[in-house]
Amino acid sequence: MHIVVCIKQVPDSAQIRVHPVTNTIMRQGVPTIINPYDLFAIEEALRLRDKFGGEVTILTMGPPMASDSLRKALTFGADRAVLLTDRFFAGSDTLATSFALSSAITKIGEVFGAADIVFTGKQTIDGDTAQVGPGIAKRLGLTQLTYVAKVADLDLAGRSIEVHRRAEGGVQVLKSPLPCLITMLEGTNEIRRGSMMDALRAARAEVVTWSAKDAGIPDVTKCGLRGSPTVVKRVFAPTPRAEKAQFVDPAGEPPADALINAIFKRAPKLEAELAELSRGY
Amino acid sequence: MAENPATPAPANSRAAAKKDLPEHFKAYKHVWVFIEQERGHVHPVSFELMGAGRRLADKLGVELAGVVLGAPGEATDHAVAETFCYGADLVYVVSDPVLENYRNEPYSKALTDVVNTYKPEILLLGATTLGRDLAGSVATTLLTGLTADCTELEVDADGSLAATRPTFGGSLLCTIYTLNFRPQMATVRPRVMPMPDRVEKPIGKIVTHPLGMVEDDIVTKVLSYIPDRDSAKSNLAFADVVVAGGLGLGSPENYQLIKQLAGVLGAEYGCSRPLVQKGWVSADRQIGQTGKTIRPKLYIAAGISGAIQHRVGVEGADLIVAINTDKNAPIFDFAHVGIVADAIRLLPPLTEAFRKRLSPHISDKLAS
Amino acid sequence: MIEEKFDAIVIGAGMAGNAAALTMAKRGLKVLQLERGEYPGSKNVQGAILYADMLEKIVPDFREEAPLERHIVEQRFWMMNDSSHVGLQYRSDDFNEEKPNRYTIVRAQFDKWFSKEVQKAGAVVLCETTVIELVQDPQGKVLGVRTDRKGGEVHADVVVLAEGVNGLLGSRAGLRERPAPENVALAVKEMHFLPRETIEARFNLNGDEGVVIEAAGTISKGMTGVGFIYTNKESISIGLGCLVSDLKKSGQTPYGLLEAFKRHPSVVPLLEGSEVKEYAAHLIPEGGYNAIPQLYGDGWVVVGDAAQLNNAVHREGSNLAMTSGRIAGEAIFQIKSRKDPFTAENLKLYKKMLDDSFVIKDLKKYKDMPALLHTSSKNFFLTYPELIAKAMQTYVRVDGVPKIDKEKATVKSFKSARSLAGLVGDAFRFARAWR
Ligand SMILES: Cc1cc2nc3c(=O)[nH]c(=O)nc-3n(C[C@H](O)[C@H](O)[C@H](O)COP(=O)(O)OP(=O)(O)OC[C@H]3O[C@@H](n4cnc5c(N)ncnc54)[C@H](O)[C@@H]3O)c2cc1C
Ligand SMILES: Cc1cc2nc3c(=O)[nH]c(=O)nc-3n(C[C@H](O)[C@H](O)[C@H](O)COP(=O)(O)OP(=O)(O)OC[C@H]3O[C@@H](n4cnc5c(N)ncnc54)[C@H](O)[C@@H]3O)c2cc1C
Ligand SMILES: Nc1ncnc2c1ncn2[C@@H]1O[C@H](COP(=O)(O)O)[C@@H](O)[C@H]1O
Repeated sequence: MHIVVCIKQVPDSAQIRVHPVTNTIMRQGVPTIINPYDLFAIEEALRLRDKFGGEVTILTMGPPMASDSLRKALTFGADRAVLLTDRFFAGSDTLATSFALSSAITKIGEVFGAADIVFTGKQTIDGDTAQVGPGIAKRLGLTQLTYVAKVADLDLAGRSIEVHRRAEGGVQVLKSPLPCLITMLEGTNEIRRGSMMDALRAARAEVVTWSAKDAGIPDVTKCGLRGSPTVVKRVFAPTPRAEKAQFVDPAGEPPADALINAIFKRAPKLEAELAELSRGY
Repeated sequence: MAENPATPAPANSRAAAKKDLPEHFKAYKHVWVFIEQERGHVHPVSFELMGAGRRLADKLGVELAGVVLGAPGEATDHAVAETFCYGADLVYVVSDPVLENYRNEPYSKALTDVVNTYKPEILLLGATTLGRDLAGSVATTLLTGLTADCTELEVDADGSLAATRPTFGGSLLCTIYTLNFRPQMATVRPRVMPMPDRVEKPIGKIVTHPLGMVEDDIVTKVLSYIPDRDSAKSNLAFADVVVAGGLGLGSPENYQLIKQLAGVLGAEYGCSRPLVQKGWVSADRQIGQTGKTIRPKLYIAAGISGAIQHRVGVEGADLIVAINTDKNAPIFDFAHVGIVADAIRLLPPLTEAFRKRLSPHISDKLAS
Repeated sequence: MIEEKFDAIVIGAGMAGNAAALTMAKRGLKVLQLERGEYPGSKNVQGAILYADMLEKIVPDFREEAPLERHIVEQRFWMMNDSSHVGLQYRSDDFNEEKPNRYTIVRAQFDKWFSKEVQKAGAVVLCETTVIELVQDPQGKVLGVRTDRKGGEVHADVVVLAEGVNGLLGSRAGLRERPAPENVALAVKEMHFLPRETIEARFNLNGDEGVVIEAAGTISKGMTGVGFIYTNKESISIGLGCLVSDLKKSGQTPYGLLEAFKRHPSVVPLLEGSEVKEYAAHLIPEGGYNAIPQLYGDGWVVVGDAAQLNNAVHREGSNLAMTSGRIAGEAIFQIKSRKDPFTAENLKLYKKMLDDSFVIKDLKKYKDMPALLHTSSKNFFLTYPELIAKAMQTYVRVDGVPKIDKEKATVKSFKSARSLAGLVGDAFRFARAWR
């Protein structure tokens, strides 16, 4: 069995700052991490490999330094890492990204064996679109299983997979043929810590690095800026609310009463509504 | 959504690109809203989007249509009828037994076919698990742009959809266009757009379209469905009052204080992310970027610093009340009412004071 | 356990560890470097001064690629009381030289780059891998390390302890003692982000020029301590450190002191409007020459902060760390080339080479300074700054008081605060410690 996991290196959003004048991201000192959701995808892939045998290939499209994230994925125990990097990919939106990644997955299939399952994370924390997974599935004609909380069963001989998929009001149990694409939900499994052997192997491993041409992409107009139908017109910081909070100064009154008075003074209708609600309770 | 929205686009790049709509896209007209129904219920986000769609359609001087997909029967009929009550000028319907449960293959085929046949210029979907699953594959098939998780939709002077969405975890907003492709697609988070008033209306014009697919064509099978029946499951997204606690509470025991206050207020309780990570509170109670977006009338946050990822989930609240020991905590930058106090000491008397204040009504209840 | 044996294992990927690993790997030794942080530098306090000369000896053309912030053209010393500072300022265009001597750096980025150089030289670098103990034979000879990863025991001919100031591993293995509280300072530090144009305007800087401010006085509330402000490209590092023993005694928190420092009227305008992103606390070894532990033994050497190699008077640390790391690497290479075993006797070479370098020579020169500052901390950090500030004010304020009276009043205030004998004594002791 061959599993391909797509991961993205993203800036740690908790540490992002915005330039107050130009409204651009100040990247200095902002560490990059593996998109947190993708860790769940890696872990699920490794579990399946450990149980059913086979290989896990990690794939990312990004700048050369994205190889740091790939190497880290190797320390968890993945078998191989592929970096797709080329200036033609710069400025890709999700349509262009899914085009590039699906081309690379096809190429990976030719070079290292066809993928039975492609994993992505649920979404990234920088782009936040959750669109790249479905995009890859559509382009490769894979069945698409999004928001998967767990892989319940895998039947390699029968070439089918059973998953629990989060839907709005519950969980769908789906059965689907292989090959398929799974976008993995968070919180279902913790990423493992690789052994000393894994870590040593990862530190020495070659990251397979492909340009657009290497990945068999003849038509670079489908990549990067040119291949992206969406246009980012404006980037701006959220307008800070003009007024700060009105502070309650309990002066003499018990603070709890002072707070309640302040709340109801600010929203006079609320008292009756709350009374209604608490009656329900 | 471009990779690096934060890099300001140089003047000669795509961002400066002029709208140059190819001839074959000029026939694309009208605003559509995908009406999401699952297991007999229309997701409220669909009607929120009808409100937003109405505004866009009026501005463009075009029609507003709903698209209802589902199995033939009462639920689908009801969804169609309701769509008119929320302002549709017409409704496209694909009704087929195969559409009983949501599956990507038949749904994306149905929606793609309707779009290709009737050519809308704007197509809006809820950013739910279903909506995002569907939108991603439909947009790829149509090779058009899709802007995810929008918080604002506008039509600009030349009639293009300007979709604004948070990026980098809410630290920034960006406005995205799909200039030269049609339809312009966007998904919108539940509870971000206000729910429009429902106005009783008769059923209007319905356009039906065949699915053109039979069960045997579909390789994915639904084996079963496990509803979130568990009554402890939160209904945070739709609660009118929410009380939440953060790391400032110091211990899982103190989180009880949040539940007690929520109890008295008839509120839902929630938390910041670290409490979920520490295992004090279950994941469905998390509020924020990677949790629930809430839009209550009253939100009380105790011991929460107000990090940007939390903020983006609560900003839609009508009244935000913050309790924090640190007068410089960022939460006071967006709370309406704040008190600098130790939540652990304040919450019990606050709960008691609310109970007293609302008590005439509580005794009403006991009497009845 | 890992079968493969390495020539050397380096514990820690800070300045000292990177220098050692790079020196050995470049010379063809098989080196394994272990770092507990997520990446090299992730655990290191941000924002620091880099001394170019010592790095040049390790990476000659580092200026081409290393992430440097600003080269320093101006140094300010501030003697502070609560409302004012008396300053000495040295700025020179000579520092705008082709190969500047000092730079500000952001450690998290710099260490990452440094580590990439180490990897390029062929060392195997593993992050998120904590060494939990040294593996020793019954005679105490160090054979290798045990890490927190599964199957994590690895052996090598020699282990280089570059684990930083805490030095837990070495002390746990009984190789040396942990530093005493009066020999370590606790420093807290914040990064304040501002647009680069704002920083350049506030500090009168052109392009990549930078400023360093060192401040002493009432900000440390009578304890032995100093504050500092460095300009980076888009941020300002501000911090303050005090001896741990003093903090213990006074009950002051370093964070409280830093808060007060930031609120000082001389500092407020420099930081205004900035966004604080990082807060870090870190220990600095300040015991000087007299606190240096045993530096080598059977199968091991210790370098950098772990060896207490830090010049508190000149606020130099990373350069001593780099140099000791480099020298250890060179010594190990020499021993290896001679195919000699890594016995304590042979590893003494490292100590010998270190003694001949500026590292030990400088530390020797100031060997009495830590004790002096420590025993007279009230005078140096409270009384004198207060007196000097008052004197300055008396001097510059034009208020009709005859100048001669002003001078008398100043002398009197000095004398009444410290007996004349005390004053002379302090001056004398200070001069001697400095000499
Ligand atoms: C990719 C990503 C996604 C994230 N998504 C989310 C998300 O969806 N939701 C979310 O909440 N966070 C999210 N976070 C985390 C977020 O960045 C913050 O770390 C988190 O919100 C902080 O939680 P907190 O306010 O409870 O804790 P802290 O930041 O530690 O704040 C505790 C607060 O309590 C106050 N306090 C202390 N003691 C008391 C007391 N006795 N009484 C009253 N106040 C007290 C303190 O002054 C402080 O302000 C995300 C982070 C990342 C990187
Ligand atoms: C606030 C502050 C400001 C300073 N400013 C300056 C300055 O401006 N100029 C200057 O020259 N010096 C300065 N110094 C001193 C300088 O930072 C140190 O002297 C220097 O970093 C020492 O390098 P090192 O390699 O010995 O230790 P460190 O840089 O501390 O590196 C030790 C490394 O070992 C790792 N480690 C520790 N234990 C283990 C383990 N068990 N397993 C695996 N890895 C482990 C740590 O994670 C760390 O990365 C400053 C220090 C502080 C605290
Ligand atoms: N540049 C990329 N390289 C590899 N995988 C990616 C890339 N961008 C997105 N992905 C994958 O697609 C998922 C969804 O991303 P997004 O649509 O950006 O939210 C991520 O969790 C990744 O698994």
